[in-house]
Amino acid sequence: MSRSGRGRVVPYLLLLPGLLWLVLFFLAPAVQLAATSLYDPAGSLTSGYAMTWSFGNYPDAVAAYGAQLGRSFGYAGLATLLALLLGYPLAYVIALRAGRWQYLLLVCVVAPMFTSFLVRTLAWKTVLSDGGAVVGLLRDLHLLAPDGRLLATPAAVVTSLTYCYLPFMVLPLYASLQRLDPRLLEAAGDLFARPAQVFRRVTLPLSMPGVVAGTLLTFIPATGDYVNAELLGTPNEYMVGNVIDAAFLVRLDYPQGAALSVLLMVAILALVIGWLRRAGPAEAG
Amino acid sequence: MGGRFGRFAAVRFGRFAADTFARFVAIGFGRFAADRLGRFVAERFGRFVADRFGRFVADHWVLAVAALVLGYLLLPVAVVAGLSFNQPSSRLSYDFAEFTLDNWRDPCAGPGMCAAVLRSVQVGFVATAVSTVLGTLMAFALVRHRFRGRAAVNVLVLAPVATPEVVLGTSLLALLVAAGIPQGFWTVVIAHVMFCVSFVVVTVRARLSGMDGRLEEAAMDLYASEWQAFRRVTLPLVLPGIAAAALLAFSLSFDDFVVTNFNSGTTVTFPMYVWGASQRGIPPQVNVVGTAMFAVALLMLAASRLGRRSTRSSRSTRSRRSTRGRR
Repeated sequence: MSRSGRGRVVPYLLLLPGLLWLVLFFLAPAVQLAATSLYDPAGSLTSGYAMTWSFGNYPDAVAAYGAQLGRSFGYAGLATLLALLLGYPLAYVIALRAGRWQYLLLVCVVAPMFTSFLVRTLAWKTVLSDGGAVVGLLRDLHLLAPDGRLLATPAAVVTSLTYCYLPFMVLPLYASLQRLDPRLLEAAGDLFARPAQVFRRVTLPLSMPGVVAGTLLTFIPATGDYVNAELLGTPNEYMVGNVIDAAFLVRLDYPQGAALSVLLMVAILALVIGWLRRAGPAEAG
Repeated sequence: MGGRFGRFAAVRFGRFAADTFARFVAIGFGRFAADRLGRFVAERFGRFVADRFGRFVADHWVLAVAALVLGYLLLPVAVVAGLSFNQPSSRLSYDFAEFTLDNWRDPCAGPGMCAAVLRSVQVGFVATAVSTVLGTLMAFALVRHRFRGRAAVNVLVLAPVATPEVVLGTSLLALLVAAGIPQGFWTVVIAHVMFCVSFVVVTVRARLSGMDGRLEEAAMDLYASEWQAFRRVTLPLVLPGIAAAALLAFSLSFDDFVVTNFNSGTTVTFPMYVWGASQRGIPPQVNVVGTAMFAVALLMLAASRLGRRSTRSSRSTRSRRSTRGRR
């Protein structure tokens, strides 16, 4: 395929500017973050930080903010599970049952993402407000105590977290379901498989790449999210992102913020690699 | 503005929303019950009926769930649109109070908001232009060339997508501070380009790898030079992918809060404005911007649909003709 001589330099020339950007503004910062996490915690922004290889920053950060770290993974895991359960039927219908409504439904999934993420999150304050229809209905159904509320509870944070990243679940699922050959489903039916069997034995295994991609695209950003916890929760619902934000922008404790960032990233990487091992090799991109 | 009519409209809207929600729940539950019943009946009435009825119920059950999920996805957008016509009772209130058109008549009434929107548009344009160029070049290299280090480049391109935004933002901040670079407009642009590039590469690459490489070979067999083949065959075919990537990059940049929060210094983009306002009280005009963004996105998606439909219909008549010829 490749044309000799000149052809060997061309790809590097094409890659150069983009790679340079990523190395300078993604890779180098990551190294600097790791370095910052080992700075002397006694330093400050004004006096400067000394590199003391203070690995103690890590246990200190976990001791102080282990709860928020755990909550991040708990909420994000729950949101991912909910997004999968909610997103799968929707993706299934769009890919296989929607017919000529397919494009319109896809637009309905994508278009909300164009309305500012913060503004939509704030809209949940209205939806879940104490005088709102949802709280009223849940109180009437006795699912909520007469004075129970949704705002400022983990339920509100997880509801909104799931909502925020649901499109990132639906779209990869849709992509993998749409690629599925409907004749396979017909063939399974012709071979006397019941609908549930067709789903379990044919549809679900063939859509696994979408499930893997969707869960990753939901779980990773949800774990680092702190906007939902800040806007819809209280400090009791704070996730690690809230702590990192405060460490860098309010308390100006860079080593601790950096240590928490690195911990978050490492934990996510470990979970992702574990999940990919279990769910089988996924096609990247 | 508003008064009794406004309160009437708000009450009506609230009741309508509650009613719709209740109906949704009823339908959803009804389907669930129907499914149970269907399965019970199916077991009694033998295979044939079971199959028919079971499948019917299963199909519709899925449709009902999908409709509910779609409602969940669209509800906040509907609320934002509704709130854009709302005159809140106090600065920190998020409830419907009075109907008004004032927010739409004078969207810039909130102090500093329009300047923030403008800032976001500026950042968005620069970041989109740079990231689209860089990303498209990379996508071409990755799809069209086999070279040493390709796997490593792939990993580096996807890594920012797989990194939570807090980590992206804090690491860049750590670097900027260590290097003594002040944060501001250009550091926001740099950060946005960094995370947009990956999305551009993925989008353009998908389009490019779905393209039939034989078309270019055919063009060159017909004595087109390499450049002509690129200009007349490849580029027109890839352009929709590039346009989609640019649109995606712009929306990502325009909407980014977390990374911007760490690298903006005193530069206030629209999300930064909303974040700051959420602590002091949100001006209702914010919802006007949200609704307008949604409307613009819908228009652009509709336009791209029309464009694609016209190319697809011309392509399908062509292919139909060719299959007929083969027969």
